[in-house]
Amino acid sequence: MNRRGFRFDLGWRALVLAVVGFILIQVLMWLRVINPYWQQIGCLAGITAISALGLNLVYGYTGQFSLGHAAFYGIGAYGAALLTRTLGGNIWTMMLGILVGAVLAGLVAFAIGLPILRLRSDYLAIATLGFGIIMKVLFDNSDAVFPMMGGAAGMTGIARLTNFTWVFVVALGAVMVLRNLVFSSVGRALISVREDELAAEAVGINTTKYKTLGFVVGCMYAGVAGALYAHLYAYLNPANFDFLKSIDVLLVVVIGGLGSISGTLVAAIGWTFLLEGLRVALPASVQDWRMVIYPLVMVIFMLVRPGGIFAGTEFSFLKPREYRRKR
Amino acid sequence: MSGSGQTRETLTESDPALLEVRGLTKKFGGLVAVNDFSMKVVKDELVGLIGPNGAGKTTVFNLITGMYGATSGSILFQGMRISGKKPFQVYQLGIARTFQNIRLFRQLSVLDNVRVAYHHRGEAGVVHSVLRSPKFRREEKRVTDRAMEFLSILGLEQRRDALARNLPYGEQRRLEIARALVAGPKLLLLDEPAAGMNPFEVGRLMELIRSVKEQFKLTVFLIEHQMRVVMGVCERVVVMEFGEIIAKGKPEQVQQDPKVIEAYLGTDEP
Repeated sequence: MNRRGFRFDLGWRALVLAVVGFILIQVLMWLRVINPYWQQIGCLAGITAISALGLNLVYGYTGQFSLGHAAFYGIGAYGAALLTRTLGGNIWTMMLGILVGAVLAGLVAFAIGLPILRLRSDYLAIATLGFGIIMKVLFDNSDAVFPMMGGAAGMTGIARLTNFTWVFVVALGAVMVLRNLVFSSVGRALISVREDELAAEAVGINTTKYKTLGFVVGCMYAGVAGALYAHLYAYLNPANFDFLKSIDVLLVVVIGGLGSISGTLVAAIGWTFLLEGLRVALPASVQDWRMVIYPLVMVIFMLVRPGGIFAGTEFSFLKPREYRRKR
Repeated sequence: MSGSGQTRETLTESDPALLEVRGLTKKFGGLVAVNDFSMKVVKDELVGLIGPNGAGKTTVFNLITGMYGATSGSILFQGMRISGKKPFQVYQLGIARTFQNIRLFRQLSVLDNVRVAYHHRGEAGVVHSVLRSPKFRREEKRVTDRAMEFLSILGLEQRRDALARNLPYGEQRRLEIARALVAGPKLLLLDEPAAGMNPFEVGRLMELIRSVKEQFKLTVFLIEHQMRVVMGVCERVVVMEFGEIIAKGKPEQVQQDPKVIEAYLGTDEP
């Protein structure tokens, strides 16, 4: 193996697993074992995973409690949708759209992060919540400035470009970037801020810088996820970016386990399929119980396994070699 | 000329200071925690800051390290004004500290706890980390080697992969010292390093402090409120009570000082 050059990778075991999984799903799709409906659910699961990975960076690794994640998801979604609607929808504008979604979300995160990241835990949560509400109101009234965005009625006419391949490739890239980031000196600096901000500051970590870094990169993930989401259903409604959507992502992160990439992936996929699966599996007469079953899952989870499914650990194939030792 | 060339006995506050505190005052609302506090720490010294509970010792440390802003007064380190600087900047200038109630990164491994403290020396940022560039890997190795060196000095190399929170108390104290040493500070501030230890452990700790001080040419400034601990190890002590300095000098002299005895034992008067 070439040990000298760049190693932007996940380790060969993870890559093999990813490629095999991808081919398997493609074959199943081709054989119509997975119908278009479940394909769409699969895409949604992947998009949720990307967004939740971002929130995990913000909350799970850097320890900054944000309740405004869906706002950045919305910024990415509307930004990308506006771009592809203006320039026409094709692979290239889609790529550009994802980039624009990420950059827009990142810029906004930077601008609001500077003043509010000095707040701690509960106070930060309320401030990000406030920001989320502001963004929702802006989306609701967006048609006053950009008629194309449709305001509260929703934005239509977006090209349906997102497919399983897009989601898979972007999600794989998102996992690689996050994994390489958290298992590095920068990652350790981020985690030290979460563990003890004062002690981090006392060992030379510029905590303001790293809080902002974690927040901006995490929100860029939301922006990327939003861009994919916009082109999945080809319709955007401000209601999809409200406070409750932030809670959804938060649930995925907490149930998967704070500070665990593996946990976020498993929880995002499991959660999305659980919600849809219950819709299919339950007889019509007890459909209403769906809304009881999954909050109940949350309650039980927190009682039985408060650290989340993975509780800060990872699949060993996601870890760099030096981290694989027994603790 | 000065400092290491001289024998310990001749070090006094008239020598050029590594750290100089002038008229430092800190008020929390109406409470004066530190009042007109002035002192010097000379290079290569081992100075103790003692005083009863609540005298303001830790506040002095928090002021020196930039965790609190001073109400008035100034702090100079190597002749440079450091009051007003942020804690991470003070650390990067060469002042490291430990905490009275150990503050480790509990969910990080022992090795990572020490590596974090060397992070500011690294130049490989986000992009190099994400791309795992050769520069990133070189630095990662350098940081790891450096951290391991300090873990072995403190006898923790076998524990490198344990989570910090799983260490026994004594090892946690040692890990905190390893973390404070890794960047090669010039001045080490130890806030009650012997707290919660039995006399045997205290003896070993003091031995350790003396040896790392020699090995790394450190200047040490430590807080302690147990008199007998300070007497054994400090060359000079500063005694505080109610935010003010009530005595300074060699341990034996200070021990005889009626004001110090009164601060520790109280007076006969009702």
